Amino acid sequence: MPRALAWAVDLALRAVVVIAVLMVAGYFGGAGLGLALLVMFFVEWLAPAWFEVYWNGQTPGKRALGIAVLNDDGTPVRWGPALTRNLLRAVDFLPFLYGFGLAAMLASRDFKRLGDLAAGTVVVYAPGRARARALPQASAEPPPFPLTLEEQRVVLDLAERSQSLTQERLEELAALPAPLVGRATGPAAAARLLGMASYIAGRR
Amino acid sequence: MRQAPFEQAHGEEWRAFERFLDAPLLAAPPFPPEEMPRRYRRLCHHLALAADRQYGPELVDRLNLLALRGHHALYANRRRQSQHLVDFLLVGFPSLVRGEWRVLAAAALLFLGPLGGLIAVLQAFPEFVHYLLHPAQIASFHDMYDPANTRLGMREADTSLAMFGFYIWNNVRIGFQTFAGGLLAGLGTVWYLAANGVILGAVAGYVTQIGYGDTFWSFVSGHSAPELGAIVVSGGAGLRLGLAVIAPGNRSRKAALVAAARPAVRLMYGAALMFVLAAFVEAFWSPLTAVPQAAKIGAGLAGWALLLAYFALSGRAGAAR
Repeated sequence: MPRALAWAVDLALRAVVVIAVLMVAGYFGGAGLGLALLVMFFVEWLAPAWFEVYWNGQTPGKRALGIAVLNDDGTPVRWGPALTRNLLRAVDFLPFLYGFGLAAMLASRDFKRLGDLAAGTVVVYAPGRARARALPQASAEPPPFPLTLEEQRVVLDLAERSQSLTQERLEELAALPAPLVGRATGPAAAARLLGMASYIAGRR
Repeated sequence: MRQAPFEQAHGEEWRAFERFLDAPLLAAPPFPPEEMPRRYRRLCHHLALAADRQYGPELVDRLNLLALRGHHALYANRRRQSQHLVDFLLVGFPSLVRGEWRVLAAAALLFLGPLGGLIAVLQAFPEFVHYLLHPAQIASFHDMYDPANTRLGMREADTSLAMFGFYIWNNVRIGFQTFAGGLLAGLGTVWYLAANGVILGAVAGYVTQIGYGDTFWSFVSGHSAPELGAIVVSGGAGLRLGLAVIAPGNRSRKAALVAAARPAVRLMYGAALMFVLAAFVEAFWSPLTAVPQAAKIGAGLAGWALLLAYFALSGRAGAAR
């Protein structure tokens, strides 16, 4: 879905560029028309590849949606693969509105369109800058035993979601990890888990 | 070691790494670039330790992101493109064309076969053109190649620059589609090659038959070599992809496709350059009527000789080196 939206953003940007160029070109008659057609050619075929090579694998639309193109082995794309996947877009678009592309995506493990399959590229979520977690205030409390990384994440995620849960649901969930909260149930269990989240997040 | 002393011991190093990534081209990077690989390995080591010792998710995520960015910075090798291009034109492209001569020959047959065949057929049966072209199209070709025109191949009002833009936009797109069609088991490529061959053959045959041949051939001869050549190369590249889909050999279809796409897209670089050359000739030289016809036909034939010699000979010494 982000890919479709990114494509729509790119399409809109292309349309803006082409319309702007056509408006300016109108003043220059035939020569202007020639230049406008050249610009149309470049923004349609070459600009996406250029962006993917020099802009961390992201066209403007992909950047807006937080996705990026990489080679299958995780290295940044260069001209060969970038051009391959962008020239082959012509086939993905067939028979209408990316019909073949969508079929290929649904059939392949890594959600690749035909151009990606041939170019050996994959579209991934771009790693965002680490964002600060919004945790509720609670006095830090160490867990009774060391938690694994995954377990720590789960506790943090619960604390982060606690504001969007009803109090009853939060208490219900908090009572589940018995080894952590012991005999405590209800409000006491919830308070203990939030305290552990604060501890894990480093507020001690 | 607990998390806090670990962070304290290495925090400065991580911050330096981050500053380096944020501004690798800065006048004063926090450490000399040649230290980068070693520092990247240390960072990966720290990441592995942090994850294994179950340190806080925040720290692990931060180190993971730094390692990812470092990986990209290390593996984005930027070769000098300009030197690359000259090398490609003199050696790479012609050698590639020789290496892929089988698919190129097949593409040439698919494209030039209908083209030549129709020219011959239409001399004997001129009415046949009505099966192939719309009356409006026929009328517009009457306009374009009327011997009374001062400039050929275009309507009187168009300027050369406008036509240049149009040829790039239209012809290169046809080339790209011909190439991309190869992904459909080669069927798209076969279709585009044959269809374009039929249309061009119909126009050429018809216009010759009604006696506009002199103007027509003097218009098309100049750019015929690079343009038809570029279509054949695009078709060959497309067939290369199609073959990988149909007969992947002892690789998986996907692996065969990736392997075939590499030479195919390099063929397309060359085809695109040929298209640009063709558009340039077609817009600025082909329409001239001041040049005698014999000279234009001669230039066209010379173009074919040059093109074939380029494909056959250029870069042989370089390839052997």
